[in-house]
Amino acid sequence: MTILEEQLESHPEGQAHHDEPRGLYLWLTSTDHKIIGKNYMYTSLVFFIIAGAMAMLIRTQLFSPNNHFVSPQTYNELFTIHGSMMLYLFAGPFAFGGFANYILPLQIGAPDMAFPRLNALSYWLYVTGGITMLLGFFTASGAAAFGWVAYAPLSSATNSPGAGPDLWIVSIMLVGFSGIFTAVNLVTTTFYLRAPGMTMFRLPIFVWNMFVTGLLILIAFPVLTAALIMLYVDRHFGAHVFSVAGGGIPVLWQNLFWFFGHPEVYILALPFFGMVTEIVPVFSRKPVFGYKGLVFATLAIAGLSTGVWAHHMFTTGTVLLPFFSAMSLLIAVPTGIKIFTWIGTMWKGQVEFRSPMLFVVGFIFVFTMGGITGVLLAAPPIDFATHDTYFVVAHFHQVLFGTAVFAGFGGFYYWYPKMTGRMFRENLAKLHFWVTFIGFNVTFLPQYLLGLKGMPRRIAEYLPADHYTTLNRISTIGAYITGAAFIIWMANMWISWRKPIKASDNPWDGHTLEWATTSPPSHHNFEKLPPIRSQRPVWDMNHPEYADWANPDGHDSSQPEKVGER
Amino acid sequence: MKAERGIYLIIGTFFFVITVIYFLWSGEAGGTIMLFAAAGLGIMPGLYMAWWARRMAPRPEDRPDATLAEGSGPVGAFPANTIWPFVFGIGAAFTGLSLVWGVWLAVIGIGFILSTAINVSLESRRGGSV
Amino acid sequence: MRSKVSSEKSITEPNVKRSRFNIKGRNLAGLALAAVSLSACNLPTFGAFRGATTQGQNELHLWQGFIITAIFVGAITWGVLFYAVFKFRRRGSGNIPKQTHSNVKWELVYTIIPVLIVIGLFAATYVSEDQIDAVSSHPALRVTVVGFQWGWKFEYPGGVTLVPNGSIYPVLELPKGETTTIKLISNDVVHGFYIPAFNFSRYALPGVTNYFDFTPTTTGYFQGKCSQFCGLYHAEMLFNVRVVSPTQFNSWLSSQQKKVTA
Repeated sequence: MTILEEQLESHPEGQAHHDEPRGLYLWLTSTDHKIIGKNYMYTSLVFFIIAGAMAMLIRTQLFSPNNHFVSPQTYNELFTIHGSMMLYLFAGPFAFGGFANYILPLQIGAPDMAFPRLNALSYWLYVTGGITMLLGFFTASGAAAFGWVAYAPLSSATNSPGAGPDLWIVSIMLVGFSGIFTAVNLVTTTFYLRAPGMTMFRLPIFVWNMFVTGLLILIAFPVLTAALIMLYVDRHFGAHVFSVAGGGIPVLWQNLFWFFGHPEVYILALPFFGMVTEIVPVFSRKPVFGYKGLVFATLAIAGLSTGVWAHHMFTTGTVLLPFFSAMSLLIAVPTGIKIFTWIGTMWKGQVEFRSPMLFVVGFIFVFTMGGITGVLLAAPPIDFATHDTYFVVAHFHQVLFGTAVFAGFGGFYYWYPKMTGRMFRENLAKLHFWVTFIGFNVTFLPQYLLGLKGMPRRIAEYLPADHYTTLNRISTIGAYITGAAFIIWMANMWISWRKPIKASDNPWDGHTLEWATTSPPSHHNFEKLPPIRSQRPVWDMNHPEYADWANPDGHDSSQPEKVGER
Repeated sequence: MKAERGIYLIIGTFFFVITVIYFLWSGEAGGTIMLFAAAGLGIMPGLYMAWWARRMAPRPEDRPDATLAEGSGPVGAFPANTIWPFVFGIGAAFTGLSLVWGVWLAVIGIGFILSTAINVSLESRRGGSV
Repeated sequence: MRSKVSSEKSITEPNVKRSRFNIKGRNLAGLALAAVSLSACNLPTFGAFRGATTQGQNELHLWQGFIITAIFVGAITWGVLFYAVFKFRRRGSGNIPKQTHSNVKWELVYTIIPVLIVIGLFAATYVSEDQIDAVSSHPALRVTVVGFQWGWKFEYPGGVTLVPNGSIYPVLELPKGETTTIKLISNDVVHGFYIPAFNFSRYALPGVTNYFDFTPTTTGYFQGKCSQFCGLYHAEMLFNVRVVSPTQFNSWLSSQQKKVTA
């Protein structure tokens, strides 16, 4: 085998290695996308643990009928902040703040993000926004208690007085700006900092998904920020945008919010789809099946997701049911394409069940069910029967927990050696998966039945006569099992920190450029790059006899033609 | 540049078509305006990129046969470590909190923001190129 | 050399299976439609309520059609997933499999079949939602329902008004077999008027007046709830529905009206 690397002349040793600050000062001042990415990841995991603990309290309250474990006011605050933290502070930033920041420049062969200081600013707006949200619990009137959707007029100054709701508004604005800046950064980086030969249709699917996520953020978040400003002005300056008394339209809030809120669901899901599409090929030792179809499916999801917002509003009686029903049903098609693409990638491969792959298969399993129940909810009559019940709760937890936790932790374990230069304990990671998987299904499958039996969501207590008790108990026990799984994960991280096992540069036989550099990568990422002649340059370098040069850009039909020398 | 242009224009055109369908079918103003703005968000950068794509040769990252040597030379100027994004973040948070607890917080916040503005514009003369 | 051979083989092989899958897909879409049009009496409810109104039963039929389709699609997807997972497991160190990049025919199959299923589902939805949403111009009874924090107020003709009384929830009385048009409003925040046994909910939105019909088919007591989160005591915003025969209903209504005039 000949040496296929070329010296990358564009990345000389600059001032990169002058005396680097360390510790706290590094954390505060770094503009390196890898450090910011890790900061994002650690911070979002802290929020995940806090919001997960809130979920435990919520489930404990629902363990018994007429329970008084927490007061109704506390319960309302808990589910509001649980939802807000999981969506705004964990799932999104974990993906497009953490993974995208760290992995995207590496995968396209870039030395950093396009705007490193803007990147750092995004992180600080995110941290301060998160702290602002938590501050609500320390105010006299408590945190916001109107659900993560803050429907007007429940969120008005008369119905939700106090500082808590205002803190929630400010917090979402700060996090929203953080998201917008990150999106600008991701899109610009993808467009302008690719390595030579890395054409758009050679980008790893992860990069594609992050890029499309960036576009969706740019469409969705400004609408939310505008709506929040209107809400604030309503609360404090009597503007009556959303109040009937002054001639406003309360349902306008729902329109504005869900115009953000539905793309937001895909903003949360697409990055994780991208991670899955990186992990499945590597552990099947095959290229992505149907690359171009997958790219267009992703773009189709982006397009359709902006036209489905009112399927959250079927029961308002104010929306055009057939239009939104048709769009919502249609979005199942590109999503289905993705699932079949993953299975097609495994087909006739050599599927190896290391922990990342295990998480990903768990994700596909859970997400298939969550996606299918989403199709049920896209029919307005079925939505009339199940809207705002635990059926919907179970559905979106299968989708969001499936993506953010199963796929997210798959990605976490997959890139952990790259990010830290250490291996985790494989057995503990597998145990983490199985306990999460069992706990998750025990928690959420009973909730489908609860929803069909008519249990509304967000109720602090139910009656013994409702016959919800048994299913709720099963669900609560499942939640505790899921919680315990994350203790296993923390133990794994602790052991890996205290007793490190050094990871090699490419422990999984990876395909994409991040595996061409050291673990962890040096300051500006690459000392040298392999030539980029296909979607998976590192695979081509390591397996020249099976390289994609034989069929460039993934067309089986084209004439095999070797480019490299033997 | 051509692929990037295509993506934006496809998305923008799609939104435009949806806007027209939605407006004609529902006649609802709020959604129509938001969809129309989304269409603009696709079409405007798309046209900008189309303008450039006609005027410049394909960059090395646009050509499937480009070698790494063609991308040699500085990629860009990347800033070294800097405290100012952190200071700006704190300033933005204080300014945001002034919406909750009163204008006095905005005085502190804007102080932080102004000092960032001054220091970042001075600082960008330093920093290494990569 | 090897990759050339493999690419040819991988194109031809799935071709054989394609036709089989296609037939399965057609059956599937057909089955969904058949399920919708069939009388639902002999089908299980899959956990949902039977529907104590004609509108609710209409919804149940759509639900049955959807869930049968869902079970088919889910079973096929999970089946294929598990087959792939177990069949193609790496044993030992394993060798490198054929590097298949794409297969346009298969990709078309898994694009077109879902599109066909979606078209079928949409057609069924469209028919059903028109029937469920239809509001009669000559209902036997008109009731105004007002949602407020935290309870429900039912206003019948002749000034009869039912409100929560201490810990006793108000009862919405409806005549069996006759169409009642409900006018739903709210004067404070958004509430969700939800009767699980009727398979129906609708928001009580400030600034919006919603109308919908119930034609109950069974007598009896049913629970009603607030589905949309509306503040502190959202969970306690309950009511009951009692469906009685039209004669019983009329005598109840006239006795209530006498109470008002007295």
